[in-house]
Amino acid sequence: MSFLSNIWRNEKSREIIIQIFVLFCIGWFLSWLVMNVNANFKALGKDISFEFLFIPAGYDINQYLIDYNNRDSHLRAGIVGLLNTGLVAIFGIILATVMGVALGIIRLSKNWLASKLAYWYVEFTRNVPILLHILLWHGIIINTFPQTRQAINFGELTFLSNRGFYLPKPITESGIEFVYLCFVISLIFSVLFNKYAKRKQDLIGVQYPIFWINTAVIIILPSLAFLLSGLPLSFEIPVLKGFNFRGGLHMSPELAALTFALGIYTAAFIAEIVRAGILAIDKGQREAAESIGLKPSKVMNLVILPQARRVIIPPLTSQYLNLTKNSSLAIAIGYMDLVATLGGISLNQTGREMETMVIVMLIYLSVSLSISAFMNWYNSKVKLVGR
Amino acid sequence: MSNNIVIAAIVAGAVGLGAGYALFSGQAPKTVEKETVTVSSAPAGAGTLDEVRARGKLNCIINTGLAGFAAPDDKGNWTGFDVDFCKAVAAAVLGDATKVNYTTATGKTRFTKLAAGEGEILSRNTTWTFSRDVDLAQTFIGVNYYDGQGFMVPKSLGVKSAKDLDGASVCIQTGTTTELNLAEFFAGNNMKYNPVPIETNAEAQELYKSGRCDVYTTDASGLYATLMSFDNKDDHMVLPEVVSKEPLGPVVRHGDDQWADIVSWVLRAMMAAEEKGITSANVKDLAAKDNKDKEINRLLGKDPLQGISKLGLSPDWAVNVISQVGNYAESFERNLYPLTIQRGLNALSKDGGLHYIPPIK
Repeated sequence: MSFLSNIWRNEKSREIIIQIFVLFCIGWFLSWLVMNVNANFKALGKDISFEFLFIPAGYDINQYLIDYNNRDSHLRAGIVGLLNTGLVAIFGIILATVMGVALGIIRLSKNWLASKLAYWYVEFTRNVPILLHILLWHGIIINTFPQTRQAINFGELTFLSNRGFYLPKPITESGIEFVYLCFVISLIFSVLFNKYAKRKQDLIGVQYPIFWINTAVIIILPSLAFLLSGLPLSFEIPVLKGFNFRGGLHMSPELAALTFALGIYTAAFIAEIVRAGILAIDKGQREAAESIGLKPSKVMNLVILPQARRVIIPPLTSQYLNLTKNSSLAIAIGYMDLVATLGGISLNQTGREMETMVIVMLIYLSVSLSISAFMNWYNSKVKLVGR
Repeated sequence: MSNNIVIAAIVAGAVGLGAGYALFSGQAPKTVEKETVTVSSAPAGAGTLDEVRARGKLNCIINTGLAGFAAPDDKGNWTGFDVDFCKAVAAAVLGDATKVNYTTATGKTRFTKLAAGEGEILSRNTTWTFSRDVDLAQTFIGVNYYDGQGFMVPKSLGVKSAKDLDGASVCIQTGTTTELNLAEFFAGNNMKYNPVPIETNAEAQELYKSGRCDVYTTDASGLYATLMSFDNKDDHMVLPEVVSKEPLGPVVRHGDDQWADIVSWVLRAMMAAEEKGITSANVKDLAAKDNKDKEINRLLGKDPLQGISKLGLSPDWAVNVISQVGNYAESFERNLYPLTIQRGLNALSKDGGLHYIPPIK
């Protein structure tokens, strides 16, 4: 008996016992949940089966990044939806990051008007629910852009209408491989040059205009190759035929609205995170940097931002996750994302609500965890090296 | 040390899972069935009638809003063809057509709501299909409206037939059979289209009106209902093609035959009443006297209708239905004539329609 009471009195072993007990209870609860669902399904005469994934979906999807038609399976329809989710998430994350960082810095600007404008933008945007943003942008695009036949026309090449935005679509011809090759070479060059310039600066203090040289190389080399190989690129121009434009690149109003709404909404949060990150840096750092004669842009880029990054990245990760998950509101305006295809029409056609929802949840979970993992990796790259 | 804790924790979780599994799978039926009744009140077997009577109200799942079928009137009361049917069942079972709780459902949530026990009837212009009937474990108790999918276009488009729609943008209300019909129709005619799937009828109308789509497609009845709500009705037209069969009808859960019989015979009683000329105006008089047509006597409880007690209904069930809600024609005229919908396929068989009623014997 005294042995048991000793274990209980030992702080370490007590912690372990409590944790084991809690986990036991969680496991117990989970299995109870699963068994209950099973029994309820059985009572309703339904079974749990994933065979429906392999039967033809039968419905069409208006935007697909991989080939799809209505004879393909529900599984493929789900993948098409997942890619659409990914597309809008990537667009949204890029827009949100660029806008958010800019706004965060502007808010700290000494210019009263700029700072106040950024302040009002943040306060207005983040206090309106995201669903309203999405509906608002969709409404704006649908109701303010002209009908197809009166589309805003940029030199017969690009058209804007309430059916979406149509751009010329580049079509590659033979010889383009040479251009790609030159592009890769110029990228490799810029990486190597970066390293070389950094070493030179460390050794003898010479500063090269790295950015300008790299940009010039990346632009000029592939352009030269492009000219030399005889312009191996043509454009498919969108043409109004029947009811709609055909050909060209098409960005649907739903994709545009969703990108704007997600990007602009999340940018407000990112702006606050960036501002907090910058303010977290002791003002002595700024003063020290200024006192050695660095320009304000150098102070920001070389001293403040690299340190602020460590504070910014963890909350930024959760904003990226939020944006990706918020994209599931696409269903409100008819953008065919994962929730609209597998979790929407497939669910309805097959009646497998439990199965489709479990799959959709698992997919969102793994997407979110992947983003998290990537950001954690990035965070570990930029964090302070322990001494 | 911390590694050991993690391992111990995982082992404990697994043991918990295992123990739970062993326990609940051993006595699953007993433990869980109790849970079923108390938590979701979704009875698998018989007993729906008793449950409704004990509650004193019928729970009925209807559309979120479709003029003529289920829409709130200016006083906020639900009215419509599908709503009338809920009332008719309440009149038959509870003797009072007003004792109905309405639950609305979108095309997507309706079957889940029915399966989860949120209503005893799904009366929401639902198409009877094989997989819904069989795979979703539901019982379609009959057809109360023969419909078909149609197309609505602005007249300015200059389109005269659905076959001219190659390349059009089409607004669809998602969560219905419409998507599949549409895909098959366009593929069958070697035409392309751009689907714009929308969750509810109201939002789909907005998109159609704004010109996001060239065409709006749903069941023809829904198109007429939608058209009625437009300010400029004359600028739009419904194309002549009907591209699918859409037999719409009320649905109940599998497993309670008594309840399915009640619901299906309420529908037939309303149609039989039309056939025999029984209306809400004359039903009380006809019930009071001995009619030459013995079928009227049996329907109205004057002569014994064999088996009615097995349904658990009182002999005056049909009188309640017809006096409080009316016969099929009355419900149709009250709700659907204002939408300029004609009887067409929905006339009785003796008038050239498809409704053929089994004898009340």
